[in-house]
Amino acid sequence: MPVDVAAVFRSEHGRAVAVLARSFGDLDIAEDAVQEAFTTALERWPEQGLPPSPAGWIITTARNRAIDRLRREAAREDKYAQAALLNAQDEPVEEGPVRDDRLRLIFTCCHPALALNVRVALTLRLLGGLGTAEIAHAFLVPESTMAQRLVRAKAKIRTAGIPYRIPYDADLPERVRGVLAVVYLVFNEGYAASSGDDLVRTDLCTEAIRLGRLLVELMPDEPEAVGLLALMLLQHSRTPARTSEAGQLIPLPEQDRQLWDQQLIAEGQDLVRRCLRRDQPGPYQLQAAINAVHSDPPTDWSQIVQLYDHLLALTPTPVVALNRAVAIAELHGPAEALALVDALDLSTFYLFHAIRADLLHRLQRPVEARAAWQAALDLTDNTAEQAFLRHRLAALD
Amino acid sequence: MTQYLLSIYQPDGVVPDDEFLAPVMEQLSVWNDDLRKAGAWVFSAGLHPPESSTVLQQKGDELLVTDGPYTEGKEHIGGFTVIDVEDLDAALTWARRLAKILVALPVEVRPFAG
Repeated sequence: MPVDVAAVFRSEHGRAVAVLARSFGDLDIAEDAVQEAFTTALERWPEQGLPPSPAGWIITTARNRAIDRLRREAAREDKYAQAALLNAQDEPVEEGPVRDDRLRLIFTCCHPALALNVRVALTLRLLGGLGTAEIAHAFLVPESTMAQRLVRAKAKIRTAGIPYRIPYDADLPERVRGVLAVVYLVFNEGYAASSGDDLVRTDLCTEAIRLGRLLVELMPDEPEAVGLLALMLLQHSRTPARTSEAGQLIPLPEQDRQLWDQQLIAEGQDLVRRCLRRDQPGPYQLQAAINAVHSDPPTDWSQIVQLYDHLLALTPTPVVALNRAVAIAELHGPAEALALVDALDLSTFYLFHAIRADLLHRLQRPVEARAAWQAALDLTDNTAEQAFLRHRLAALD
Repeated sequence: MTQYLLSIYQPDGVVPDDEFLAPVMEQLSVWNDDLRKAGAWVFSAGLHPPESSTVLQQKGDELLVTDGPYTEGKEHIGGFTVIDVEDLDAALTWARRLAKILVALPVEVRPFAG
């Protein structure tokens, strides 16, 4: 794809699908029409140059294509096409306090009536414009499986009557959390791939950050959306330092800080300050704040422990308690941390064993440390993490 | 507008006593009244226990009539309501209230075709 068309595709695909979906009431029609419009753009733009408003051009072209198609189908007495055509003849009417079509689309894709993995896939497909093959690759399923999931999801949206609407006020807080969770899942799948050879899938991280920016732009009053964006930017800033050239994972304290992306750090820290000023701290804002402290060496461990205390009060999960224990180890030493870790029920989680191993190693209990490194190794399928754990095991010899 | 079937699943066997059921039934009737007032109520009914069903199935030339229910299991549909509302979100709002009234019983929301 020539650069111009590719850039417009990246930034405008989601908006175009969203506008068309609202006016035709059908995701398939919307997606196909937008696809056709971009195909036409690929033929014309390189010769004729970019139109004055590329986004407007894409939407108008897609709309005309969809109407042509529906007219042909309606002429064959297809009742469904007739109904969709009738809808489309009306000029789109705005409703509700939030007017952006992409926001409606994101709430549709992230509807709780859809399975979580389907929500993630649909969001990437419709808002991000990612191809079915790319999404299938990211989630390690065959392309045909992913294609089937997407077809089924779109069919459910149509038949079950999942609306293209911002949820009712009463449902909004709960639904926003779900939307943020989907975007963070996309990011995490890129940041710590659950299996496979690469630790980081940059394309997914970049896509999640783009969606995060979109959410902040669309919901500027939602501090957790700002928190999520800040969290992703700060985590992503360390990507160049997280793996060695051989592809081995490098833990945070051993990373070369010169490699951290200062621009992302500055933006992330600024966002953290901005949202914490509102004083409605939620889990994403607190995690972002923790990452902001880490980005400012030397790390202020007492501040990190305080933030974890707050986070643990909001989300009392064993994983948060585990991370808090790591900070306690820095502040009060490995013995106190080990007592906290041992009290947790996380024996199927590789990081639990890796953290235990590190604490045991620092307490000079090599036999137990070895067993814990081995337990961690047995529980991860990611090649980069395995390499890191083998390295630790070898260092004990 | 779309019609949705709200099916209520119940564990087979012992039915809870009146002391437990009375407040539930009372809330259910308020819920039904609210549905009617909103113009969303189409039809609702409770069913006798699954042992009361009979299953018919044509197998080749023969029509088999068997003591039901059709599916084996520990839970079966105990009753249902048909509502007519704008979209799934509206249906889920009604269903959410119903599920709250019915404590632990699952409520399945399914759109009618056509």
